[in-house]
Amino acid sequence: MRQSLINDECRAELSGVRFLVGDIERLGNVGNIPPMTPFADGVLAFLNDLSAKLMSDSNARLYPDIVTLGFWLRKASLLKLRERYEKKDGNIHQGRGILFHIAPSNVPVNYAYSLFSGLLMGNINIVRIPSKDFPQVGIINGAINETLRSHQFLTDYIYLVRYGREKTVNDFFSAIADVRIIWGGDATIDEIRKSPLSPRAMEVTFADRYSLAIIDSDKYIGLDNKARFAEKFYNDTYLTDQNACTSPRIVVWLGNSIVKAKEEFWSSLHALVKEKYKLQPVIGVNKLTSAYIAAATRDGVRIAPHEDNYLMRVDVTSLDAGIMDLKDNSGYFFEYECGNITEIRSLCDDNRCQTIGFLGEKDMLMPLLESGVRGVDRVVPIGATMDFDLIWDGYDLYERFTRTISMTI
Amino acid sequence: MTYADLIEISPYSLEKNEKKKLLTDRLNELTRLHQAKCPEYARILRAIDFDVDKVSDYEQLPYLPVRLFKELELRSVDKDDIVKTMTSSGTSGQAVSRIFLDKATSANQQKTMVKIVSDFTGSGRMPMIILDCPSVIKNRQMFSARGAGILGFSIFGSKKIYAFDDDMRLDIAALNDFLDSHRGQRVLLFGFTFMVWQHFYKELVRLKEEGISIDLSDGLLIHGGGWKKLESEAVSPEEFHSRLRDVCGLERIHDYYGMVEQTGCIYMQCECGHLHASIFSDVLIRRPTDFSVAGIGERGIIQVLSAIPESYPGHSLLTEDEGEILGEDDCPCGRKGKYFKIYGRLKNAEIRGCSDTYAAKFD
Repeated sequence: MRQSLINDECRAELSGVRFLVGDIERLGNVGNIPPMTPFADGVLAFLNDLSAKLMSDSNARLYPDIVTLGFWLRKASLLKLRERYEKKDGNIHQGRGILFHIAPSNVPVNYAYSLFSGLLMGNINIVRIPSKDFPQVGIINGAINETLRSHQFLTDYIYLVRYGREKTVNDFFSAIADVRIIWGGDATIDEIRKSPLSPRAMEVTFADRYSLAIIDSDKYIGLDNKARFAEKFYNDTYLTDQNACTSPRIVVWLGNSIVKAKEEFWSSLHALVKEKYKLQPVIGVNKLTSAYIAAATRDGVRIAPHEDNYLMRVDVTSLDAGIMDLKDNSGYFFEYECGNITEIRSLCDDNRCQTIGFLGEKDMLMPLLESGVRGVDRVVPIGATMDFDLIWDGYDLYERFTRTISMTI
Repeated sequence: MTYADLIEISPYSLEKNEKKKLLTDRLNELTRLHQAKCPEYARILRAIDFDVDKVSDYEQLPYLPVRLFKELELRSVDKDDIVKTMTSSGTSGQAVSRIFLDKATSANQQKTMVKIVSDFTGSGRMPMIILDCPSVIKNRQMFSARGAGILGFSIFGSKKIYAFDDDMRLDIAALNDFLDSHRGQRVLLFGFTFMVWQHFYKELVRLKEEGISIDLSDGLLIHGGGWKKLESEAVSPEEFHSRLRDVCGLERIHDYYGMVEQTGCIYMQCECGHLHASIFSDVLIRRPTDFSVAGIGERGIIQVLSAIPESYPGHSLLTEDEGEILGEDDCPCGRKGKYFKIYGRLKNAEIRGCSDTYAAKFD
């Protein structure tokens, strides 16, 4: 039996930490809790019960992001994951141990995906959850606590904490972590890295990224349901104020019907945005500022006429990664008419470039993707840029969150 | 019309239509000037397909968001012709606006300010009490809106005294001596709203309890800089007035609205408590959703226009302040032109997304 990690000194250091799931005494004992094998039956059962609870809660169902999470946690969905990842290679696979997750403070349910991925892989999870009081956080945590009552053994594996960013607390959790997962972009990564990890520990960092959409105009013109397509694009962008790392900041048009497709697409999107999106007063000023800076500092910029501030489009005649220093959010799109897909190579040849949301034939993209670009981690259909997967932001989280006991006997 | 002609007209003498014609001509002329002289400005106009020849009303002119002056170096004169660069006050680490002035623009700013302020103080200089510390104009780091404001208003002072030492302590004895030697004359007091409240009013209240008082019934206070810092103290403009009157007999108090990006064209508060646009400038209120022009009594984002700027393209600007036009040409104080009120800064946007906007708050 190892001694508790918590002595009087730590207790004082951790006095500002609020436990929303788990408690400090139990946390002190994590040294005695064994990692589990990935996709353990007990964990799947727990997550499936949790999913059922979330999906049947009328309050939870008000939040599309909770519904999506609940859907991801269903047994059928998890079994599919298990099938994809489970290795029958004769080696022993298990969780790495203690995972310390730092969730971003301005996305409500991201912390849950981080937590459940860690748990699925068999780890003990300490998660710093958003400081902002999102209703989703209360609902999900409530459901976790209730579901844990019938899955007692997992109480040793889940610690959800809230604290005021004190470095001493970061120091403590970092020191005991086997893996540290930092969401929240470059600035957060810089801050958290001031707290050292133990020599064998590893880190997964989700840095600032940018994403784009590529649309084949001919394919778009042929779509039966353009309103549905606008909705999908809306979900990729406006739903998170077009400020998620996966949100397209630029639309690249391919094909022979660009003029017509642009007109139809933007007008159907605009109608939807006007109906659904809440525009904060300062946003119009921000977007005008960004557009004018782009116009003043780059050649060939044209700001598309706009009847209001919900949607701002800035046409550019050349593309490079530098344009992303001029990006903005909440409905601000660069636009580029592309004759040959390799024209956008330099935009993608940057390790900040993350997701391509795509409408078109796969073949159209291959010359770009096979040209050896430094960026682009994923290509997904428009509407699926936010879909979570264990391969995320270029990391294989199965590999990052588990270790292998190599067996050659 | 040149600015020299314009400045001969009395600041609050023109009715709506006369003013519109005059100002549209002048602002169109400035738009052409900056389009020809400032390459960045020309590119912006090109990007929106703007044609100044089609403008019949200055409402149709483009407006640059004030933040552009923080991000870009915008000037319409050669570097050699710049005599002064004004910077906005910004907390450390933040970008500051840089406004480039040549001789003509700088001189016109000062002349305009004299015209506007004299309409409230009467012509001629007055003994002046500066409600700030002497170091504020010596220290280059602090020489921004505060320093520039003090220097700008100093032209109205005959004899001047700073009310505070460099630790912001009020020297009441020196102040009373100064007042005694100018009894019977109107005395001008100038300071920033927050400083006036924090270091002057509060100290006077404390001194009164000790039995030391000061008589400022001959005084005229001009203050500006906004109410943001006073929000936490929940002091309304009305209360600011009445409490100051109670503690030192000060009756004539004028707030003003102005910004370093359009120095000279300040908006003075009249005896009825309204901020006024002179003929040298104007305010438009724009609706946040589409930037259309809002009507009287409708709250929105403030656009400011000034007939002065020739050395930088700042004659039409979109601020980040919210306000409301109260009326035009019919203020009971008798001054023509629009009168309005300010609600303060627009709220920062709360944006979702992966990158943590709060990271800056880490210790």
